Amino acid sequence: MNQYGTTRRDVLKAAGILAAGAGTATIRAVPADATPAAMQAAIRRVIGEASVKPGKVSLEIPPLVENGNTVPCAVTVESPMTAKDYVKAVHIFNEKNPQPNVISMHLGPRAGRANVSTRIRLSDTQTVVAIAELSDGSFWSASTNVIITLGACLED
Amino acid sequence: MIWRALLLLGAALAGAASSAFGAEIPSGERRSAYDLMSRETKAMQDDDTANPGTFWVLDGEALWSAKAGTADKACADCHGDARASMKGVAARYPAFDPAHRRPLDLEQRINVCRTEQQKAPALAHESKQLLALTAYVARQSRGIPISIAADRMVEFLDAGRSLFYRRQGQLNLACSQCHDDNWGKSLAGNAIPQGHPTGYPLYRLEWQTLGSLQRRLRNCMIGMRAEPYAYGAPENVALELYLMWRARGLAMETPAVRP
Amino acid sequence: MARALINVPAKAKRGEVVAIKTLISHVMESGFRYSNTGQLIPRNIITWFQCTYNGEEIFSAELHAAMAANPFITFHTVATESGKLEFTWTGDNGFSATESATITVE
Repeated sequence: MNQYGTTRRDVLKAAGILAAGAGTATIRAVPADATPAAMQAAIRRVIGEASVKPGKVSLEIPPLVENGNTVPCAVTVESPMTAKDYVKAVHIFNEKNPQPNVISMHLGPRAGRANVSTRIRLSDTQTVVAIAELSDGSFWSASTNVIITLGACLED
Repeated sequence: MIWRALLLLGAALAGAASSAFGAEIPSGERRSAYDLMSRETKAMQDDDTANPGTFWVLDGEALWSAKAGTADKACADCHGDARASMKGVAARYPAFDPAHRRPLDLEQRINVCRTEQQKAPALAHESKQLLALTAYVARQSRGIPISIAADRMVEFLDAGRSLFYRRQGQLNLACSQCHDDNWGKSLAGNAIPQGHPTGYPLYRLEWQTLGSLQRRLRNCMIGMRAEPYAYGAPENVALELYLMWRARGLAMETPAVRP
Repeated sequence: MARALINVPAKAKRGEVVAIKTLISHVMESGFRYSNTGQLIPRNIITWFQCTYNGEEIFSAELHAAMAANPFITFHTVATESGKLEFTWTGDNGFSATESATITVE
């Protein structure tokens, strides 16, 4: 039982599924708009109509993660980080979660180094994209495919 | 004393009629699940400022000094500085309580103090407060090798051991089949650990919060499609006791991080 | 109750790039999970985070539901002068938390 008083087992029980001894049916209802197209639309909403070139960005996520609830994610952008040439922002997107945006981080010349890291949630095996916006208005990207497995012995 | 208890345990086991008493993991091969984790998850555990479990430890530290109950007492009033008085305690729990004539785990021990000394209501299982106090107390044993004194607890150790080796549930699986016989191998993308409770209460990524050993044991049983024992049930305490005894020699890691 | 943990070096040399690690206690309820009675559990997340260095913003971020519980964010800054780093988190349901750290720059 998690802190919200819910267990998938309770839901399955209510639905009569568990009584029948069925396999691990998931009750996570993922909206129909969780698609690669939705991710592209979200990217456009954030960065406008500029073209995005692959390069300069390195997105580090372990290829096989232990748990999709907490996926370590580090982004490094090649940049001298001077007052005239720096990284303005780093945006992270995903393609299969219910929502495509993950985080948008705003840096600046004071950062000294364009290296950020965080922990994200991924609902399924999918592609994660990191986009860097530079001070000269250019956009650069990197993407990684991440494998997410459901744990073997779940609580619910 | 210990040797006599172990001999008794050996004799009790030799006489027991259960199925599949497999081989216990030799002490030289005993490993914490920490070793199976990714570099990033290890880093999450090792750095107190990156480990969400620290929040509960800090809350526990505050609760330790907070007056509670009609007796208006704080843990600190009897036990002073936990860093001294609680050092090594969690590493030898569950421990035999003469008043109750049975082993108590740390959560039960804290609640005995709450109800009998502080005259306050017992804290609910998996409540924020009980997790915080347990995490704070167990944190004081970090790095200390687990060491369970078997005297007076042989029958409970035996009960726990029987549970560990007993096939149960829809899948007819015994704990030992995964955790003694197949540790290190992969099950649905996760490595099977040996199942030593070195870091409880711990931050489990699956729960996205801190949880107790009993929560994890209930998890395991549900995962095996077996009916889990209620929180605080004697079966859970016996299993905790056996698992801690089985983990003897390994260092405590509370608050650990696990997938 | 403990809410935020900051890891920043207490001392740094002028011009040195230092790493700042931040961890805040928050469930980050995504808004996509259901209760056992089939009700959608409402979203409850941190949506914005900012760090200022002697009053000037050096980092900020907009967070979405795909951020893990107990958000952990690390970034860097150039140690320019001694002073105060202030951290602010805001989110759904009027959530607001602040924390600060001092840095001595030689």
